[in-house]
Amino acid sequence: MRLSHFDYHAPETVAQAIALMQAKPGARLMAGGTDLLIKMRHAGLKLQDVISVKSIKGLNTITVDENKGLSIGATALLADVALHPDILKYYPTVAQAARGTANAQVRNMGTVIGNLCNASPAADNAPTLLAMNAEVEIHGPGGQRRMPLEQFFKGPGITALQPAEIVTAVHAPKLAPHTGTAYISLSARGQLDCTAVGVAAMIVLKGKACEEVRIFISSCGPTPVRALKTEAIARGKELTEAVIEQAGNQAAGEVKPIADVRASAGYREKMVAVLTRRVLSQAYTRASE
Amino acid sequence: MKQVIVLNVNGEPYTVAVYPWQTLNEVLREEINLTGVKFGCGSGDCGACTVMVDGRAVSSCLTLAIEMQGKEIMTIEGLAPSGETLHPIQESFVEKGAIQCGFCTPGMEMAALNLLKNNPTPSDYEIREALAGNLCRCTGYKKIIEAVGVAGQKMKEASERKTS
Repeated sequence: MRLSHFDYHAPETVAQAIALMQAKPGARLMAGGTDLLIKMRHAGLKLQDVISVKSIKGLNTITVDENKGLSIGATALLADVALHPDILKYYPTVAQAARGTANAQVRNMGTVIGNLCNASPAADNAPTLLAMNAEVEIHGPGGQRRMPLEQFFKGPGITALQPAEIVTAVHAPKLAPHTGTAYISLSARGQLDCTAVGVAAMIVLKGKACEEVRIFISSCGPTPVRALKTEAIARGKELTEAVIEQAGNQAAGEVKPIADVRASAGYREKMVAVLTRRVLSQAYTRASE
Repeated sequence: MKQVIVLNVNGEPYTVAVYPWQTLNEVLREEINLTGVKFGCGSGDCGACTVMVDGRAVSSCLTLAIEMQGKEIMTIEGLAPSGETLHPIQESFVEKGAIQCGFCTPGMEMAALNLLKNNPTPSDYEIREALAGNLCRCTGYKKIIEAVGVAGQKMKEASERKTS
């Protein structure tokens, strides 16, 4: 099966990429190509123009700064995020999510930002970054802006990006002391298949009580879903077994999953309860350490 | 429009004219005649098309040839050091009976190399994780996993011999 024909562009600066997107409406940006080329080969996507972002200099950087936090550039590979020593040390859940994305070959090609920009409700790298209150950096004809990742996802495959805009990086803030994060996903074939259910949590402790709790659930709605009522149950409390049980049940009630090839709606709801309990417990333990 | 590029494959430069939509897989198989690299699913699920690019295993079916200028590409044909000697990974696959129909083998061995060059003593779990993107429809995974473990040992011993 061949790819349909397209013109290929490889801008070397963000400004050139924006100008190309303005000049070629309907063009799509491509980083690793591990989503876009599959859509072109197997899902009938026809494009006149493909704009590769891989030649843009400086976009592949990963930085972990003591004050500014974590920044992952648009062309930084999943494999590099998964194995980055400082990410493993300070943002282990971010590394874990990258390592749990697809397989070794795809991780050597695909990017975290590409995973976010494809806006799959199952995107493995979204829930944990959402839980950490990450922001995307966007460049476009109108200049540069930052947007909370929480406002970025608008539907399956739909983001808040305006025409000719490009995400150049995702930034996660420096985590407060006594912060714990966790992410667990389920899929049919180990970590390899698209996530059927995933839950991420971030907990900030004050003493034994949760000062801040953020919970995001993937693959159970058109975008990753924030479980606000579940967070409210845990906030201000010590996470006893009873609180964790109650939170799990609330989370299952907070999503309206569909049944599809990956899982039934009922299975998803049950697993949301299970995974919410597990991530809360893990994040709480990590925050206490 | 076709663009002329130079592909460095298994240490040899090949000048080829490619369309932007031609994949590395198509160019390797059809222009350079390296048919050890297979085409399976076309979606990064089966691993049959795995090759090394700059020392990393990638799916050649999802790689545009036009982006490969200046990269070092290695296919299964370039794995053995010479025409006569097998690479330890190939040797172990033969010894352990990890080859049945052979279609998945080139991709399996590239994925194994991707793991073993950084981690010659992987755990069983690490081997399984490293091969998770490679399907064998003869379902001979057990022997493949054993072969990768043995290959790691051989590579470690060979590099220790070299340094001692």
